[in-house]
Amino acid sequence: MAIDERFTRGRQEAGEGEVAGTRSEIITSPVRDWATDFSHLEPEWSADPYPIQDDLRQRCPIAHTERFGGARLPTRHEDVAAIAHDTERFSSRSVVLSNFRPPRELAPIGGSPPISSDPPFHHDARKLLLPAFTKKALARYEPATRAFCHSLIDSFAGRDVVDAAQDYAQHIPMRVIADMLGFPPQDGPRFREFVEDLLEGINLPPDERVDRVSRMFDYLLEQVHDHLDEPRDDLTTYLINAELYGRKLDPPVVTGAMALLLIAGIDTSWSAIGASLWHLAKTPADRERLVAEPGLLPTAMEELLRAYAPVTMARLVKEDMHWHGVDMKAEDWILLSFPAANRDPLQFDRAQEVVIDREVNRHAAFGLGIHRCLGSHLARMELRVALEAWLERIPEFTLDDPGAVTWSAGQIRGPRALPLRIG
Amino acid sequence: MNVHIDPGLCQGHGRCYGLAPALFREDDEGYGQVLGDGIVAPESERDARLAALNCPEHAIELAEEG
Repeated sequence: MAIDERFTRGRQEAGEGEVAGTRSEIITSPVRDWATDFSHLEPEWSADPYPIQDDLRQRCPIAHTERFGGARLPTRHEDVAAIAHDTERFSSRSVVLSNFRPPRELAPIGGSPPISSDPPFHHDARKLLLPAFTKKALARYEPATRAFCHSLIDSFAGRDVVDAAQDYAQHIPMRVIADMLGFPPQDGPRFREFVEDLLEGINLPPDERVDRVSRMFDYLLEQVHDHLDEPRDDLTTYLINAELYGRKLDPPVVTGAMALLLIAGIDTSWSAIGASLWHLAKTPADRERLVAEPGLLPTAMEELLRAYAPVTMARLVKEDMHWHGVDMKAEDWILLSFPAANRDPLQFDRAQEVVIDREVNRHAAFGLGIHRCLGSHLARMELRVALEAWLERIPEFTLDDPGAVTWSAGQIRGPRALPLRIG
Repeated sequence: MNVHIDPGLCQGHGRCYGLAPALFREDDEGYGQVLGDGIVAPESERDARLAALNCPEHAIELAEEG
């Protein structure tokens, strides 16, 4: 059995206790005015954020709220791109907007590197992970992903109505990322809890939130120990052995990166697959065309990613400043809405329409600047394979009950209940 | 026509090697690379333009010859 002192229990526990950082008042009252009091947790936003974003882009392109201790919401492509490219003024120290700001000393590493890292650490940590996430490296997961999609569809036999979010979309990225990290595939339900705790539980009392997050880190530490006992060819063993600046990674960097891969690897693709099936279920012309022209799928997929981009990131303003016409204060959150940027009519013709054969599509669904989604090639593989398998096996489907469709709250948006009639 | 990727702008979105695999490839970290000497044959010019127009970081430069 291998001994790695970095991960001995005593050392880990010694670091626990009061978590430093700044807590802000939890405000859950209904939104009064989207320009001055926005909240991305509002049910109206989850159900359909696009009319709100379009309205703001016209009348108040960098909206404001006192919630979450102060936050800004840019809706123009130009502003979203400028912030994403400006790591001097905007920090990634925390990329999930909540009522808790981690201490400034957490920069430049952050809690879940490299997504939470700023230069110069960001570049070096990201470089460790990039080779595992190239299109070529990920191709080896495609046959198993396709087989798994078909096995999910096999399980629909005899049913007229299935929930495409719960019975299909969510399982695909869970299985693939569990395989990549070397976690037990049957732990999927726990991954779902972790995702919900981290991304949807943001208005919970901070201490409860801390408890829930530590549950996930306890799980990750169990997996580290399992891999120390039994090393294998997967990303967990890779991270345990990886070296930066001539020495092995600090334990919070190892578990933080594992947390990132697990969380960011699941709800994002789950949302993209679900939103794409939702669109095709309610748009027979697009569905029929893709069934007839499977070669159009790569182009159509980019358009579905543009129109229903699942991911919004957060930044923290580093210093007080006047920026693009508004006063920003140090420690203000920025809700960096790639979905809003993707529907800016100054950037896209027919921005509010889904044009599945749109050839020129410079969308920002995977972000812009140095934090381009590390898993974008994985997400594209999962989305393509999931849609190919579905359209091949279930060419005809419709929304069973449009009113029964529900969407996740928070920064990652996708269907969480999606009953489809398939028979 | 000549094609060039600005490595200072490329973030590895991979739209170029996805859309025009005859002109671009990915390096070991997923960043785009131009295949060969960057001279685009007339029959590939449309693909080169498509790649440039879809790059989210505007990292692909096209230069018309002569």
